[in-house]
Amino acid sequence: MTEIINSILQGLLLGGLYGLFAAGLSLMFGVMRFINLAHGDFIVAAAFGAFAIVSATGLNPLVSLVLLVPGFAFAGYCIQRVVLNRVIGRDIMPGILVTFGFSVMLQNLMLEVFSANSQRLDAGWLSTASVTVGSISVGLAPLLTFAIAVALLGGLGAFLAHTSTGRLLRATSDDSEAVGLMGADRKHLFALATALASGIVARAGVLMAIKTNFDPSAGPIRLLFAFEAVIIGGLGSLWGTLIGGIVLGVAQGIGAAIDPGYQILAGHVVFLIILVMRPQGLFARQKS
Amino acid sequence: MTVLLEVQDLDASYGDFQALFGVNLAVNEGEVIAVVGANGAGKSTLLRCLTGLLPTCSNSIRLSGTAIGGWSTHRIARVGVAMSPEGRRLFPSLSVTENLLTGATVGRKGAWTLDTIHALFPILKEKANQPATELSGGQQQMVALGRALMANPSLLLLDEVSLGLAPVAVREVYAQLPAIRAQGISVIIVEQDIARATKVSDRLYCLQEGRVTQTGVSSVLTRDDISAAYFGRERGLE
Repeated sequence: MTEIINSILQGLLLGGLYGLFAAGLSLMFGVMRFINLAHGDFIVAAAFGAFAIVSATGLNPLVSLVLLVPGFAFAGYCIQRVVLNRVIGRDIMPGILVTFGFSVMLQNLMLEVFSANSQRLDAGWLSTASVTVGSISVGLAPLLTFAIAVALLGGLGAFLAHTSTGRLLRATSDDSEAVGLMGADRKHLFALATALASGIVARAGVLMAIKTNFDPSAGPIRLLFAFEAVIIGGLGSLWGTLIGGIVLGVAQGIGAAIDPGYQILAGHVVFLIILVMRPQGLFARQKS
Repeated sequence: MTVLLEVQDLDASYGDFQALFGVNLAVNEGEVIAVVGANGAGKSTLLRCLTGLLPTCSNSIRLSGTAIGGWSTHRIARVGVAMSPEGRRLFPSLSVTENLLTGATVGRKGAWTLDTIHALFPILKEKANQPATELSGGQQQMVALGRALMANPSLLLLDEVSLGLAPVAVREVYAQLPAIRAQGISVIIVEQDIARATKVSDRLYCLQEGRVTQTGVSSVLTRDDISAAYFGRERGLE
């Protein structure tokens, strides 16, 4: 029984990380109807960015976020303005092809710079510290990751709900052409959405790098987890994205408890079941 | 009288299909202009050109003497052109008040604020926190009109306000036109309801197959003049 509870708890905390993987993807799709196939590779690039900073300075990986979050947000804004805005339109194919190109480029760039070796970041005492309640022990790093995910999604939700820029981003999600009639530059709003998503990607990448091994080809599987979390949770719902991540994480946790080889498969099976039973996801935003 | 908007030899196309042919139109400050025509005559295309939704030649449209043809939609909105679009195009994710506030994005100062819109349409205050698209058609039209006014425009474009609305709702919306005029706003009304368009406007333009076929003072034009221009010269004279 303890083992099952432990597996569920570990899965739940892992779901926080998957929620972070998915939040950026969900935000970009929500605002621009744009699928970024390089999303997973940007997460891995953030992990390698932290690896480079830690190697050069010896600082704790979490400190690297001070540089990586604004750096990624700025890079995201520029990439959207200079490249991605040119391919956003009625047809989603150009965007898919361009971001697929980014994915290939990033993977090769990381391979060239960091080699194919698998890396992992050591967060010092945080990597080994744990909290024990009764017979259940939980790592502090996964707890912190989950807390960051909840705080970040909560903050993003509050930003979208209560600020004028957030209001315009939601309006853009409904009808980006009509937003132009209101005097808002939708290309700027698109770039802001990508900047926000990229800031989340930076956090997700560093937290992933503390939790698990990564290498230049680790992006596509992260993209897959992000997709699954978004689709399980329902498009357009931030909290749904976190729940989607948790469902995926718990499914993987239970699968791993049965047999370590079933971990990833269990997540895919649950995703498939939800896709068949409720294709709009668990918390899809209702639109009139 | 000062000319606010001047449209000269405006052509517009959707790919290979030309929708407007050399359209000329002028709107004076504080004037209400009606543009009438059958389906596909080019009325909405004209408004799409004026708002930058459909790219046009740079010198074909001038607002207060500035060539705005070819400008982006948001830039045109910022110099004072606001539109209540056909089908209203409210934002479903946003409440009534949030929809109204998006109109203020342009940041132009003027008489129109949330309070003055609430005074114009008190129902919008009562339903402030409801999702805008859950309102009745007439109330949604009020939100669309209020949202456009929140931009404090110098030129207001109303595209097919009466489309799909009950007559009583149309009357309720049009009843506020004098209050809008009183603020010195110029208005272009695109309508299929010729009787109403004639009644509320100072001058009228009739479009047929992308060309202006009739223009004149609304109170002077006869029903026969308009129907001839609306349906084509031969049919109109039948």
